[in-house]
Amino acid sequence: MKNRYLKNVVTLKLDSNKCTGCGRCIEVCPHKVFELQNRKLRIINKDGCMECGACAKNCPFAAIEVKPGVGCAYAIIMGWLTGSEPSCDCSGSSNSNGCC
Amino acid sequence: MENKSCCGSDNSDPKAKVIKVKPKVKVPKVKVPNIEGVSSAEKNRSCCGGSQKCSIDPITQYDKKDHWIIGEVKTVSGIVPRVSTQLVISDIFGAWKARWGINRMNYKINPGIYAVGNPDKDSPVLVTANYKLTFDTLRRELSDLNAWILVLDTKGINVWCAAGKGTFGTKELVSRIGKTRLHDIATHRTLILPQLGAPGVSAHEVEKQTGFKVIYGPVRAADIKEFINSGMKVTGEMRTVKFNLIDRLVLTPMELVGTFKVSLIIFGILFLLNLVTANPFGIYDFYGYGGALITGCVITPVLLPWIPGRAFAWKGWLLGLIWAAVINVLSGWTVSPTFSFIRGLGYLLVLPCISAFYAMNFTGSSTYTSFSGVLKEMKIAVPVIAVSIIIGTILILLNGFLGI
Repeated sequence: MKNRYLKNVVTLKLDSNKCTGCGRCIEVCPHKVFELQNRKLRIINKDGCMECGACAKNCPFAAIEVKPGVGCAYAIIMGWLTGSEPSCDCSGSSNSNGCC
Repeated sequence: MENKSCCGSDNSDPKAKVIKVKPKVKVPKVKVPNIEGVSSAEKNRSCCGGSQKCSIDPITQYDKKDHWIIGEVKTVSGIVPRVSTQLVISDIFGAWKARWGINRMNYKINPGIYAVGNPDKDSPVLVTANYKLTFDTLRRELSDLNAWILVLDTKGINVWCAAGKGTFGTKELVSRIGKTRLHDIATHRTLILPQLGAPGVSAHEVEKQTGFKVIYGPVRAADIKEFINSGMKVTGEMRTVKFNLIDRLVLTPMELVGTFKVSLIIFGILFLLNLVTANPFGIYDFYGYGGALITGCVITPVLLPWIPGRAFAWKGWLLGLIWAAVINVLSGWTVSPTFSFIRGLGYLLVLPCISAFYAMNFTGSSTYTSFSGVLKEMKIAVPVIAVSIIIGTILILLNGFLGI
């Protein structure tokens, strides 16, 4: 059975005018969010996006925009408590709670 | 070839060139002169070209006593440790310990370049993280291959998390290429990166800065051999992140370990309360709580795709509710006159929320939740969980103190 997460929440945006159809984003996307159609990119599975930011980071033409972040409740709680940006506390000496 | 800075002099005193690099695992027993010309290495592509004098220097710091290092490969840039593709008991035990959070943050190897088999200038270069669990997973899959492994310094964190944090990133990759003088070792100018490193690495930037072209390989190390043998072709299947039963199950020990401290505090408080309550906390409370914990940390993650609904907290709450109902019935709710209605209600309010909270925490271990989604889920779940636990606790305490 397929894992599905919440609908209509992700921040992924595509500027088709900037896209050249190089397909680099398709290469890096771990959830098959994009598809090429007539040498133009199309978002076919927006809710599948986990906002990892790989597509935006690897788009040489800045056609994709997404606010990358960790989908990790623990990180968000720590962010709330410490007033900082939520980030995976994996490298710290404190005991990280299974976030990776 | 022209050689401007690195190894230019005939200085045979290695100490003069030592640049201190923090040893990541343990300090090598062998005294090794370290990488020279680090800062200029990027520009200096032909360092030591042809000079035999330099090639005896190890590029990667390593301890010959490490069982997984089985020899050395000489290159124009220096000596590279050769690693075994077989995992032994201590590797497997190390992985098991890391899964349970024992010495997890220090399970790492020295960054640098390593060899598998007998690689030459045309052999593929695979890039990975310096988390030993990750490194072991990769080398295990490379039997019968000749390849280079470029290990980035990700502070002992796996590729995906490190990419999210940026430590497995463009900057580290570019500087590691320079430090290991990869331009001399691999003349084909192609790097194979794990696909899950892509959130941290900008392929076109790497190419611009180093001349190395980045190819994103498969998600799973298990597909590496097929990928290389098929001429670096990745199928759609290899590109997709999965999250099957085993993937989820191996993550649950860490979830449980994370609850130990909180649980001890809770048991401590209950013990103290028992000194003054009329209706003391007992075995039902103990396994009621323990069951809610296991429901949230283990059972919900394992059954994840089959539990109705999408939000993790909801899924955990649902299973927790079933558990609370079971616990109440086992305690004799509605039948036994000694089991208070108030207490039963308290359990129904508290236990599902414990499960919900820990299930919600599993979002961080999953491979498909988004930041926006988790935020949305939490904005609803956290207040509901808090209110429900507070009211439930008050009811249970009322029963405990007043016996109602």
